[in-house]
Amino acid sequence: MSAGGSFCFVEGATSDLAFTASGRSLAEVFHAAAEALLAATVERPEAIEPKVARSLHFSDSDLELLLLRFLNELIYLRDAEDLVLRPRRIDCRTDGDIELTAELAGEALDPARHGLACDVKAATAHGLALTRTGEAWQASVTLDV
Amino acid sequence: MGTREGMRVPARIFGSEKLVGEMDDQVFVQAANVATLPGIVGASLVMPDAHWGYGFPIGGVAAIDPDLGVISPGGIGFDINCGMRLVRSDLSWPEVEPRLTELVDALAARVPAGVGSRGFVRLAQDELAEVLVEGARWAVRRGFGSARDLEYTEAGGCIAGARPERVSEKALERGKRQIGTLGSGNHYLEIQVLRPEAIVDAALARAFGLGLPEQVVVMFHCGSRGFGHQVATDYLDSFLRAMPGKFGLQIIDRELACAPFHSEEGQAYFAAMTCAANMAFANRQVILHRIREVLSDVLGRSAEELGLEMVYDVAHNIAKLERHRVEGVERELLVHRKGATRAFPPGHPELPAAYRETGQPVILGGSMETGSYLLAGVESGAKSFYSTAHGSGRTMSRTRARKLVRGKQLREQMAQRGIVVRAASLRGLAEEAGVAYKSVDEVAEATELAGLSRRVARLVPVGNVKG
Repeated sequence: MSAGGSFCFVEGATSDLAFTASGRSLAEVFHAAAEALLAATVERPEAIEPKVARSLHFSDSDLELLLLRFLNELIYLRDAEDLVLRPRRIDCRTDGDIELTAELAGEALDPARHGLACDVKAATAHGLALTRTGEAWQASVTLDV
Repeated sequence: MGTREGMRVPARIFGSEKLVGEMDDQVFVQAANVATLPGIVGASLVMPDAHWGYGFPIGGVAAIDPDLGVISPGGIGFDINCGMRLVRSDLSWPEVEPRLTELVDALAARVPAGVGSRGFVRLAQDELAEVLVEGARWAVRRGFGSARDLEYTEAGGCIAGARPERVSEKALERGKRQIGTLGSGNHYLEIQVLRPEAIVDAALARAFGLGLPEQVVVMFHCGSRGFGHQVATDYLDSFLRAMPGKFGLQIIDRELACAPFHSEEGQAYFAAMTCAANMAFANRQVILHRIREVLSDVLGRSAEELGLEMVYDVAHNIAKLERHRVEGVERELLVHRKGATRAFPPGHPELPAAYRETGQPVILGGSMETGSYLLAGVESGAKSFYSTAHGSGRTMSRTRARKLVRGKQLREQMAQRGIVVRAASLRGLAEEAGVAYKSVDEVAEATELAGLSRRVARLVPVGNVKG
């Protein structure tokens, strides 16, 4: 399960947008990172209605690169298919390779309702980190905009 | 300033004391990291407008021996062949001023900008592959411009070696509806005026088609859009996975991911990057066509009557094989320029005949509130592999700019100063406020004092379309 994480934009590379996402589990961090990406893209993420459902599945031995793949897939879906998607449920299994399953819902980008913010080009590996301290997970991500 | 372990060459920073003093410390760290890349020749170079990037600093240049060294997507950027195009006209400001708002509105309507924007060009099945191979030549073949436009575009608007089969389906999907769009972030389309007092070198300005009283020009800044972003994303991932094992290369910063140039992966990326570079040339050519249509429609005269001709189109995010003299010996080098502009000197064989005596025009895009410059390449630029600055360079993050500036208020303030702005995103507008950038005057002067390029003219904005 995934709800409950949080994110905030931080001072990062001067031309880009950086954020940290945190949560009590990996799933919460992935959830919060997806919400941060959405908040970078549109002014009103809360206006996105769940008209279309998408399911994503990734498997990777590198946790941080997995986060990058996940965010870059969301950027791809927005850019190629006009879809802005919010996470509904995210599951992470960490026995062996990390398995990520994300259930997402959203709709076609509507500039009038959602408000355009930024055309995120990519989630970058610059300063990328995903660490655990005790029971808390935190990710640092830089978006190229 | 110190060193870091593994530097193969020194880092060399160009700039005035003030500009260098304003650079983030990360610029120096990143320049030192670039100096560790296998095959780097001479020095890891930093242009006067440099600021903190990812992997390379923005404003970073590295020339690499292709037989011994690597190619790095981090030395090119996600927006492959992001570049500038400058278009002259026979129009004067008094003629345009009464129609300015109408013109900016029409440009904003017909040159889509912002998240999710789609171009007007509908490609036939497999036609995107032609775009990727032919670049701006494809656009001219489709009727979007003339052979003269190609002559005044870097590399004739088409770089050889593009191989669409090296590009992912995802990149093709992202790119196929984006030709003719500006994008967002710092991309823009601007109507500018050349005031007589802003001409620094009248002879060079004349050679570049400028110098009429209160002359109106159009400048725009954009690249390969989602197509190029996906190419970079795909290969960054593939290089990172191959570096430690297959290539035995140490990763000191994941955004400096690289592959030996002659490896299968390195060649595949170079071929895919070339596709993206050509896509960007085609994109800018189609946008030029739209600009001609708009000005012609609004002002009721043909593009020919308006004298809407290219000054030049030049990339500032790219890696190219070029011939340079190093310690007296001519060598082929893979020159990475990330947020840096090629600036070939007078006499260079790659320049169009009309510019052989002048050197290459260099377009330095400033902030939308202050102004931009036209510069020219000089012989002393050999020290930077004929590279110079590309813009003002940011002084603060987008997050900080948003805290200081409100987009709506900025738009009103600019209108009071006579600059009409149409922005797809007010938040994006705030992030691009002039206060977030260095002084373009200082950057332009620094490139001249450093012997990288010379100033020709300063151009002031009067209308701006922003993504």
